[in-house]
Amino acid sequence: MENSLDPAPPLLEVCGISKSFGAVRALQEVDFTLRAGEIHALLGENGAGKSTLIKVITGVFPRDGGIVRLGGEEVAPRSAKAALQAGIATVYQEVNLLPNLSVAQNLFLDRQPMRFGIVREAEMRRRAKALLAGFGLDIDVAAPLGSYSVAVQHVTAIARAVDLSARVLILDEPTASLDRHEVDILFGIMRQLAGRGIGIVFVSHFLDQVYEISDRITVLRNGRLVGERETASLPRLELIRMMLGRELAETTSERASAGEHKAREVCASFENYGKAGYVAPFNLELRHGEVVGLAGLLGSGRTETARLVFGAERADRGQAKVEGASVRLQTPRDGVRLGFGYCPEERKTDGIVADLTVRENIVLALQAKRGLYLPLSRREQDEIARRYIKMLDIRPADPERPVGLLSGGNQQKVLLARWLATSPRLLVLDEPTRGIDVGAHAEIIRLIRELCDDGLALLVISSELDEIVTYSDRVVVLRDRAHVDELTGEAIDVSNILAAIAADGATVAHEGRA
Amino acid sequence: MTALLPRRGLAQILALIVILAVDRAVSPQFFDLRLQDGRLFGSLIDVLNRGTPVALLSLGMVLVIATRGIDLSVGAVMAISGAIAASLADSHGLPIVLAAALGAGLLCGLWNGFLVSVLGMQPIVATLILMVAGRGIAQLITEGRIVTFSSPDLVWLGNGAVLGVPVPVAIALGMLILTGAVVRGSALGLLIEATGGNARASELAGVGTRAMIMAVYVWCSICAALAGVIAAADIMGADANNAGLWLELDAILAVVIGGTSLFGGRFSLVLAVLGALIIQTMNTGILLSGYPPEFNLLVKAVVVLAVLLLQSPKLSGFGSIVARLRRTKA
Amino acid sequence: MTLKALFAATATGALLLALPASAAQLTIGFSQIGSESGWRAAETSVSKQEAAKRKVNLKIADAQQKQENQIKAIRSFIAQNVDAIFLAPVVSTGWDAVLKEAKEAKIPVVLLDRDIDPSGKDLYLTAVTSDSVHEGEVAGDWLAKTVGAKACNIVELQGTVGASVATNRKKGFDTAIAKHPNLKVVRSQTGDFTRAKGKEVMESFIKAEGGGKSICAVYAHNDDMMVGAIQAMKEAGLKPGKDILTVSIDAVPDIFKAMVAGEANATVELTPNMAGPALDAVAAFKDKGTVPQKWIQTESKLYTAADDPQKIYDSKKGLGY
Repeated sequence: MENSLDPAPPLLEVCGISKSFGAVRALQEVDFTLRAGEIHALLGENGAGKSTLIKVITGVFPRDGGIVRLGGEEVAPRSAKAALQAGIATVYQEVNLLPNLSVAQNLFLDRQPMRFGIVREAEMRRRAKALLAGFGLDIDVAAPLGSYSVAVQHVTAIARAVDLSARVLILDEPTASLDRHEVDILFGIMRQLAGRGIGIVFVSHFLDQVYEISDRITVLRNGRLVGERETASLPRLELIRMMLGRELAETTSERASAGEHKAREVCASFENYGKAGYVAPFNLELRHGEVVGLAGLLGSGRTETARLVFGAERADRGQAKVEGASVRLQTPRDGVRLGFGYCPEERKTDGIVADLTVRENIVLALQAKRGLYLPLSRREQDEIARRYIKMLDIRPADPERPVGLLSGGNQQKVLLARWLATSPRLLVLDEPTRGIDVGAHAEIIRLIRELCDDGLALLVISSELDEIVTYSDRVVVLRDRAHVDELTGEAIDVSNILAAIAADGATVAHEGRA
Repeated sequence: MTALLPRRGLAQILALIVILAVDRAVSPQFFDLRLQDGRLFGSLIDVLNRGTPVALLSLGMVLVIATRGIDLSVGAVMAISGAIAASLADSHGLPIVLAAALGAGLLCGLWNGFLVSVLGMQPIVATLILMVAGRGIAQLITEGRIVTFSSPDLVWLGNGAVLGVPVPVAIALGMLILTGAVVRGSALGLLIEATGGNARASELAGVGTRAMIMAVYVWCSICAALAGVIAAADIMGADANNAGLWLELDAILAVVIGGTSLFGGRFSLVLAVLGALIIQTMNTGILLSGYPPEFNLLVKAVVVLAVLLLQSPKLSGFGSIVARLRRTKA
Repeated sequence: MTLKALFAATATGALLLALPASAAQLTIGFSQIGSESGWRAAETSVSKQEAAKRKVNLKIADAQQKQENQIKAIRSFIAQNVDAIFLAPVVSTGWDAVLKEAKEAKIPVVLLDRDIDPSGKDLYLTAVTSDSVHEGEVAGDWLAKTVGAKACNIVELQGTVGASVATNRKKGFDTAIAKHPNLKVVRSQTGDFTRAKGKEVMESFIKAEGGGKSICAVYAHNDDMMVGAIQAMKEAGLKPGKDILTVSIDAVPDIFKAMVAGEANATVELTPNMAGPALDAVAAFKDKGTVPQKWIQTESKLYTAADDPQKIYDSKKGLGY
């Protein structure tokens, strides 16, 4: 620990924490120090131990060894609630409040102002309003929490935590589903709280945001502490090296030169294809060996387009053709039969079958395509699983592990494997790199390029514009549920995409990483 | 880690052994076997024979539950098929009787499957309809009385023997092998587990989840229909008011004891049947023990609790991690 | 009857079945519970026969096991100003209001088969029921007489645990054999009044009692369980009716079939004819103003193989058992 001479006394001190799940050592003698008034980023690849550390600190998991001190006093909360009472509050990416209750009720849950055994609604609303005003939020606190954006829900959760006199605030991936504007609001609140002396632990995959907001960074890798640094004096490349334990070029790869993809054969084409109230009719040609990127803001119709192309949603107009012939494309089964594959954005709910093994998840689509009566023998299954585990470097390389126990990046690879096993002609990838750590991120982008070079047609959605620019041969830009522009060749760059999104005077709420 | 893990099925086998030992203690002649009129005779045979209806029901039920469904109508389907078989037994040959009874089961299954997979009704509500109406249909067929028959063919189905083994036991064993062969020999098992584990993801992977769900309800009703024919053959009569009454709950219990989660996904046919045997071993033990009948339900509840605790994820280290991970992710 | 009743299941009100009785002097409404058992169906058919015999116009309303339907039927009978109302109450409480209405309309009410809560005693004319304790006694007395002085181990198949009929039939039987120390109930389990359970329980009794050799008699709280038990004995290579005596209660047709085959020895009748004594009581009350006693107990008649079981079977099998 290089900052042991820091004059400020530590607010939260974690010494030598260990935690094992069976034979898996999730944390080994990890130290972590949080000072009052600082924003401290906790970084690491998926599986590094960030979540486990948070859960051990907040008592969700019992710890095997080590000490946690809060303000010099040793604490050992047995549950998240006990931790909250001690002054350690956690706000998770999926806000754990009750969406069907009002904002005010959520803020004062378990501690409603009462008189004669009756909740004083008006008083509660008044206090809720005042509390949120302190966070720059002026909303109807009587409305259900679920009717507000994720950002408002986050702020509500934070306001509740702070009002419960939290001294330590742990924010786990708070910005994952926020747009830039909302991130700015959240950062404003975080700075304000830090100014009041609250210590904030910030867990995020977005390195830009880490550099923007944090004072200090602690990096974990494979359940061990790699180091604690001041953000200002830690070069980005050095940070990535700490996280990955290896050198990695900061930018993933150079854009493949345009022009060489000219005379590709059309794999699938969609003419005047659309669905009323879903996405406006569009024309789209997907060619072998070509990556088409779909860019646009959240809700612009990207996912909707992807679902129509795969067959997950039924179009009510237009014509789909594969290799020049008209086809029926009304259900996912049709899509699979036509040789399409689709990795949805919501991996957990729409992608993996968590209880089934890696092997079973990988062979699922192939088996569905072959039908009931042509079962893959166990030997064939093992072989397919082994092949793709090796090819995509899925870790741990255990085909019999339930896929739910894998990290997000590895789950994504399992999904890719599922579709590659069907030898598809077209793959639709919706946010393939979301929620995935830096290493896996680069690997997935490399994979997309490789698949494309093998002659596959790819349709890829991503919010990361520089990522889209890196691998796309063409970029389709969407706005308000309609395809508004198509960029090719040299025209593909972040500023052109932004311009297309922002045309017609729409505000740019999305910034590419430059 | 895997060495400490209780292997799948260990808890059930252990429970069965313990209950058998208790049965032996309360009834010293429990393991005695002899031949009586060419048929094995003894308490063990009673366990197998009496366990047959629930074992057959659990064979279908476990598949339904694996898809995250439930079928409350199996008891009523038993009553219907029994009523049909008994009504036709003395005027028609066994093939026609069986075809009619199992055909009725098929229709019941299609009805349940239609409500669940096509109309998207919740399984518990959808099958409740047939649970209530089915018994009424059975009463309609028997006109409220116990319809008796003497057709030797049908009686043989309930009381005959194949190489000393009671016919119902042989049928249940055959159905277990058949179901196992169909489910694990084809891709059905994997696709059912995927559908139950995550229906949306499975559908997006191209699995025909609707057909899958339809198929399991049909199979469940056919198993129930067969159980109904055997139950009627056993008492040489169809008792529409009582045949299969509450057996849907025993079947669900058998499946749960067999370690299949009501939340769908992983299932085991053999363990579900083992669950049915555990229930019956306990029932027979209670009857042999000579305790006053007022204690029956209490004893049953305590034993079931013990078996379920034995396989509770909380009691095995690995399971508790999975449960925790799930809870915190949810 | 059952068919019609079932079709009526969708109707919310009660189904009224008017019977042809051209020269009827009396019109009586009968709120029947439903047709939940063969005995109940037989009661309905016998009631019709008895009414026809006396040229009474009997209107039967099937309540589908619901008290609300029975109350509706009684109100409708009051509105039609019938001469008397028969009620087979589905539950024992909750009748006060509607019976008061009948009383105010001066329509006598006769309870059939089941009694109601004592608080309503002055609200009905009389109750025609059997005495299930007595039924058990008759069964016990027959067994004691038949066995004589030799020692006899009895196994008992009880009705559903907690059902009053089961409790009473056990009590009566126990009282009867208590006078004979050579008779002893060695095993007693519930067979839930069903054939299947009767068979299953008997199977285990046979195993537990050395293959059935030490069993001298079976007492079952109803005939259905006995029919199942007879099958179990036969499958175990025993001869019911000869090796093991049987006595049960209800006198349903199938037990007579067993008697014909020499496989059953005795049954005590729970007569389906509750309407006959009720009709007589009403007629006497209407004609001469005779107030009957509060409880008319039906006869618990004993039948054995000596009573021409084939003939009784033939006469009973058409009644809807």
